[in-house]
Amino acid sequence: MERVFGMPEAMKPERTLYCPGCGHGIAHRLVAELVDEFKLREKAIGIAPVGCSVFADKYWNFDVISAAHGRAPAVATGMSRGNPDCFVICYQGDGDLAAIGTAETIHAANRGEHFVTVFINNAIYGMTGGQMAPTTLVGQRSQTCQLGRDPAIMGYPIRVCELVHELPGVAFVARGTVDSPKHVLKTRSYLKKAFEMALGRKGWSLVEIISPCPTNWGMTPLKALEWMRKEMLEFYQLGVFADCEGGQE
Amino acid sequence: MNEKILMKGNEAIGEAAVQAGCQCYFGYPITPQNELTAYMSKRMIEEDRVFIQSESEIAAINMCFGAAAVGVRTMTSSSGPGISLKQEGISYIAGAELPVFYVNVMRGGPGLGNIAPAQSDYFQCTRGGGHGDYRVVVYAPADVQELYDYTMLGFDVADRYRNPSMVAADGILGQMMEPLVLNEYKPPTDLPSKAPWRLGDPATREPLWMTSVHLGEGKLEEHNLRLQAKYDEIAKNEVRFEEIMVDDAEIVMVAYGTSARIARSAMVRARAEGMKVGLLRPITLWPFPDAKILELADRVKNFLVVEMSLGQLVEDVRLAVCGKARVHLHGRTAGGVPEEDAVIAQLKQVRDSKGDEILRNF
Amino acid sequence: MPKIEVDIDRCKGCAYCVEACPQKILRLSETFNNMGYHPVECFEPEKCTGCAFCAMMCPDLVIEVYK
Repeated sequence: MERVFGMPEAMKPERTLYCPGCGHGIAHRLVAELVDEFKLREKAIGIAPVGCSVFADKYWNFDVISAAHGRAPAVATGMSRGNPDCFVICYQGDGDLAAIGTAETIHAANRGEHFVTVFINNAIYGMTGGQMAPTTLVGQRSQTCQLGRDPAIMGYPIRVCELVHELPGVAFVARGTVDSPKHVLKTRSYLKKAFEMALGRKGWSLVEIISPCPTNWGMTPLKALEWMRKEMLEFYQLGVFADCEGGQE
Repeated sequence: MNEKILMKGNEAIGEAAVQAGCQCYFGYPITPQNELTAYMSKRMIEEDRVFIQSESEIAAINMCFGAAAVGVRTMTSSSGPGISLKQEGISYIAGAELPVFYVNVMRGGPGLGNIAPAQSDYFQCTRGGGHGDYRVVVYAPADVQELYDYTMLGFDVADRYRNPSMVAADGILGQMMEPLVLNEYKPPTDLPSKAPWRLGDPATREPLWMTSVHLGEGKLEEHNLRLQAKYDEIAKNEVRFEEIMVDDAEIVMVAYGTSARIARSAMVRARAEGMKVGLLRPITLWPFPDAKILELADRVKNFLVVEMSLGQLVEDVRLAVCGKARVHLHGRTAGGVPEEDAVIAQLKQVRDSKGDEILRNF
Repeated sequence: MPKIEVDIDRCKGCAYCVEACPQKILRLSETFNNMGYHPVECFEPEKCTGCAFCAMMCPDLVIEVYK
């Protein structure tokens, strides 16, 4: 009998503080699996953003830095330009990447910075108690759009992959999700491609992961997956948006 | 090296940074320091180092945070409005105990202000606009040579204490051209190694969390007490000032940067007229030479602060004298530069003033 | 024969594994773990194929899979 699935070396054994069914748990593990696969543990630097995953240092068993809200792509730029040998994983939520950090995101993409960006899109602000995110759906309720997001007042949700994929510095942009083993494996393959791009210094990569937030959506984990499949994946199409190596889906 | 050339202040800062081994420059254009960014865009590439014109001042300071975290010398530069944007980043850098050097070539404010020289960012430099209990080592050069020499020292001090440091210049110093000796950079032999904490090569240590957040019970206070101990050490070791003709002075002017040059000329003329005037020039704005001022205040009963602001340095001088002397103010701002004649006139008013009168020129 | 091992006290009872298991041999236990959740249990272990879908879906690294 051999163990075919277990705790990656790049994960610490701590039980996470994340809610039951939170997508961060799966996303952190996928990143760790790839850090192990590419043997990057001693060179990897994960960026813990502001948001629930501010705690990422407790779970990733490699160097982690805490960045200011939205500034992870700038910090990642400083690290990867300062020491091109290190491997930077820029990990952000929807507020971090698409609200306060929009400029940093677009410009890191535009400069073709050689790091991986993991974008956890759960259409809500988790850590602060469930406020509207730039990716909150029309009609979706949140603490700051209690009657549902009204585009006339609050604008429309932002599709980040669509926004950035045509910038010339971009190497790979894809959107995945984690609602089923099939999608988890697909998302893992997208992350793997992103890792390869960064290691090969091909440019900037983004993997957006549509992720459940059962607590702030006010649902049980399984209901959250159901809602995510029905509503989120309807609006946020899965797939590859840019691949500088011309790969097909 | 050691050749003497004519160089613009902003560019002198850049050359000093290159000589001191700055590996990464990140900056955003803003007047009156654009020559520094432009100079670095050329020199850093020449030296095969990193130059990025960032998308904003906020991005630049966060790039510095990243570069410092992987153990390389890094800097950014701006003027008041841009330094305001950087405050959160500076607070993070101080909290995470990283060495970053930056430059403020001060202009008129508040708000968009103007592009003329000023010294109205004294509070911002020394108190931070950033949040939390932290300090930045602030150098206030008064000529192009000092811009060069204190830039080199700024990098060393940042590394020595794992803390941000800065040069506070004004638009006049940044723009002026003066003779400069390109002193050779001599790296100190006793700077602590960065290997135990720089990220990305943990071959000899466990994974590390580089952060400014400490949530556990009592942890952040503990961290702050450690920071304060560091600041006490810096205050003990790094104060710098120049005193000119203070020993028999009845009035001592306190001024830094361009204001000090004007005050010095006023002092020379006042002396020629028989007035006993001296000048104390802080070179570090933090740590502030408060012990020296308190010592002077035992004998000197009138100080005249000359600054290109309407009352910032003067507050620190008033604090330092502990009520033992009167502290008067000669303030101009937002491109208004103190004039020798006006300073001398006020020195006479101070000399002739009675009782508890505190004089101000506006 | 393939099997899974469950670290009961890590489990938060999200039931993603229960849904993902193609053999439908997982359920949330009636008992509680030390965090107050109903942890997952495999009630027909002999049917386990070692596909690891349960482990892939688990946000908490509760499940190890052996083949």
